[in-house]
Amino acid sequence: MDIIGAPLKRVDAKEKTTGQAKYTGDLVPRNALVAKVLHSTIGNGIVKSFDLTEAWKVPDIVDIVTCFDVPDIQFPTAGHPWSTDKKHQDIADRKLLNTRVRFYGDDIAAVIAENELAAREALRKIKVTYEEFEPVITVEDAMKPTRIPIHEERPDNVVVHSSYEIGSYEEARREPGLIKIEGDYETPIVQHCHIEKALSFAYIESGKIVVVSATQIPHIIRRICSQALGVGFGDIRIIKPYLGGGFGNRQDALTEPLNAFLATRVAGRPVKLEYTREETFNCTRVRHAMKFHIESYVRTDGSFAARSIIAYSNQGAYASHAHALVANAINGFRMMYPVGAIKGEAYTVYTNLPTAGAMRAYGIPQIGFALEAHVDDIVAKTGFDPIEFRKTNMMKLGYVDSLTTITCHSTGLAECIDKGERYLNYTEKRNTYKNQSGPIRKGVGMAIFCYKTGVYPISLETAACRMVLNQDGSFQLQVGATEIGQGADTVFVQMAAHTVGVTVDKVHLISKQDTDVTPYDSGAYASRQTYVSGMAVKKTAESLKAKILDFAGFMLHKDPWDLDIKENFIVHKHKEEHLLSVAEVAIESCYSLTNSQHIAAEESHHCSDNTYAFGVCFAEIEVDIPMCQIKVLDIINVHDSGKIINRQTAEGQVHGGMSMGLGYGLSEILKFDPKTGKMLNGNLLDYKLMTPIDTPDLHADFVETNDPTGPYGNKALGEPPVIPVAPALRNALFNATGVAMDSIPLNPEKLFFAFEHAGLYK
Amino acid sequence: MARKLVSCTVNGTKRHYHIDVRASLSDMLRNEEGLDSIKHGCDVGECGACTVLIDGKPFNSCIYLAIWAEGKSILTVEGLNDVKTGISDIQQAFIDAGAVQCGFCTPGFIMASIPIIESDKPASRDEIRRQVAGNLCRCTGYEKIVDAIEKTQKKRIAERKSSS
Ligand code: FES
Ligand code: FES
Repeated sequence: MDIIGAPLKRVDAKEKTTGQAKYTGDLVPRNALVAKVLHSTIGNGIVKSFDLTEAWKVPDIVDIVTCFDVPDIQFPTAGHPWSTDKKHQDIADRKLLNTRVRFYGDDIAAVIAENELAAREALRKIKVTYEEFEPVITVEDAMKPTRIPIHEERPDNVVVHSSYEIGSYEEARREPGLIKIEGDYETPIVQHCHIEKALSFAYIESGKIVVVSATQIPHIIRRICSQALGVGFGDIRIIKPYLGGGFGNRQDALTEPLNAFLATRVAGRPVKLEYTREETFNCTRVRHAMKFHIESYVRTDGSFAARSIIAYSNQGAYASHAHALVANAINGFRMMYPVGAIKGEAYTVYTNLPTAGAMRAYGIPQIGFALEAHVDDIVAKTGFDPIEFRKTNMMKLGYVDSLTTITCHSTGLAECIDKGERYLNYTEKRNTYKNQSGPIRKGVGMAIFCYKTGVYPISLETAACRMVLNQDGSFQLQVGATEIGQGADTVFVQMAAHTVGVTVDKVHLISKQDTDVTPYDSGAYASRQTYVSGMAVKKTAESLKAKILDFAGFMLHKDPWDLDIKENFIVHKHKEEHLLSVAEVAIESCYSLTNSQHIAAEESHHCSDNTYAFGVCFAEIEVDIPMCQIKVLDIINVHDSGKIINRQTAEGQVHGGMSMGLGYGLSEILKFDPKTGKMLNGNLLDYKLMTPIDTPDLHADFVETNDPTGPYGNKALGEPPVIPVAPALRNALFNATGVAMDSIPLNPEKLFFAFEHAGLYK
Repeated sequence: MARKLVSCTVNGTKRHYHIDVRASLSDMLRNEEGLDSIKHGCDVGECGACTVLIDGKPFNSCIYLAIWAEGKSILTVEGLNDVKTGISDIQQAFIDAGAVQCGFCTPGFIMASIPIIESDKPASRDEIRRQVAGNLCRCTGYEKIVDAIEKTQKKRIAERKSSS
């Protein structure tokens, strides 16, 4: 049976169901000290002084560090591969602890104590004097010229402004006979909510600062810690155990740089820095809220003549990934329907809110909502069929994006749409559900997306892998790419076994990354690992196989070129007869008295290609107008992610993304006090993520294409499932009620005003 | 700070602890017994990652004081791993159904599902969802978790029928 595409059970599932899997918090040494961060209780201002007298009196207190004690170094936190070109480096705009307070909850001091209770008590006893400024919550306010800048390097609070134009927009929109449709759309601040909180612990060993951390990007964290502390890359060592979810939040330096610094304050004794759930909400990263204005000019034949977008992205207090997300959003706007003249413009703006960073699908859920809501607004106004209109204008095979050169090497999008439409019987239901009356109504909606695989050519794409043969013919597989729950380890095992020619039980995957030992890889983000790191696995497996065959050739006195490996045996190419087992080759290679050699392989892959994954969501809902409630009756995502390496884990990714998409569409929003910028619902009760009872049965399906650039024909899958759900729900609500919402979530408080405004309560 | 003697049964073995009266059951079991299957996602009873069975009923052990465990019988995922027969059917079902992703919620979900699979009354998917409503998972959308519980309950009911 072909291992690629086989429904192999996850390689880590047994450890995780038995409680044996060790996460960061399970590895903290018993003698570890406990650190806690003092967060500002104002949203905008300057720390003038601290009174630490009472805090120092707390028994078991070991050290107190304030923003006046940390190195005078500003460092970046974004989990991007470093750029040696200054122009492309991430913005270095924070210190380990900050004197300039930029949001409610900024890190201004830290205490280290023998135990958690002492640390907490000391925190409570620190008195802070601030100079306070009025906090700025909205992008509009932040861009007003009279403001005190949040960062002095950006006097207008605009982090970055960018624009592009394909063809001449002004000329194109003057074509006679065009229909103009415009709209404003808005998405909220939401959070990742990985169930494992943000945490790390750090100590000094053999002269190195070791940080064990719940991170998606160990090698990048090493670089960031070295920059933040002003020490060499090699002076830092990052270890990443099993991880309790990431979704992009941990594609950023969170607790690690400060934790590394705190270990140096106590002569290298282990220090644990674990955020509470509330801190994890407020003091890690959130998804950027974005606002879009879209204008479309459509011909009577249903094609776009011209379209434009202006986007504003609320960055919060620190740059983190900054403009990369909204730039991705307006690029996605162009790529999805690359027809006619297209103009895009985007602003990323500092405000006094928690810092926004990477989150599953990196700006595309935002534009996905706006664009696919807008498309349904177009079809409502023009009478075009929503599916035909999309098919006419959407990206086709062979498309080359003129600004990034990213090429459509494969697409099954049309088939995905057809599959989803057949599943839900969308077109017929859509007609039936038009013009309903009464308090309970039904509706259907759909939305499509495209998503690139990895970050080339915007950023560097590199990955490495190592395989070391054991005397029994099994081998260790080590990658710099990280398992964060998505199932990467399992598909790497499948890839390695397939390419070497052995059964999966011969592959011993080392899940843990240790930057002193593990080959380099930038980490888990951008749905890149099966595509980019997968190619490193493939190359390494080919190299290992060549070395095994070389030695087999020596043993058999045959030309290695005539040999192959099939299911753990050396065979003649295209023949079945077993000549030797891989185990016999392995043991002889190790102990041969004439020709011993240690068979191992290590390869790295510099990726210089990219490709698009596609998909669609179809949803049917029931709306209770008096109760302002939406109930999802049926929902399906159909994805083209190229060849599916493991159907079961692939479905799992789709389900999880759909659940996050349901939350994004229906209930999730972080709320802030407009006066102080204080987060109001940063806990798992008041923040409405999907619980088991909120979640309907989820259906996942695939259209398998074979992408010529993927190592095994595969393309991105991890992030995309979240993208099309919210707009599909919004479009279903539109179909059910005629109410075209321009923002999410579609929660009862918002629906009430929308329904009232639409006269549904008359 | 005041300490108290607590005697309880943990995964079938009688245990005595001299414990800080403020300690949570989850801290006691993690720190004193190394039962690391008990996870902390919130420490305040919101996420269910720390779910254990106390006298057969699921509780969030992070908000259950260790001293309340006096005389009680506590079961964690480690107590389901049988040295001779390997792992239990519900653990195997989680593996087979693909209900495990990052795995951080998994032990809590497994413990929360035990009263369901031990019940003779077949639970619908919606009833299963209601019974594990106190457990959060951000990775799976709950779909395959419900599959695993549903399958195991059906299997157990059939087994009990055929043996009676
Ligand atoms: S840690 Fe106990 S409920 Fe979350
Ligand atoms: S598997 Fe990750 S939280 Fe459930």
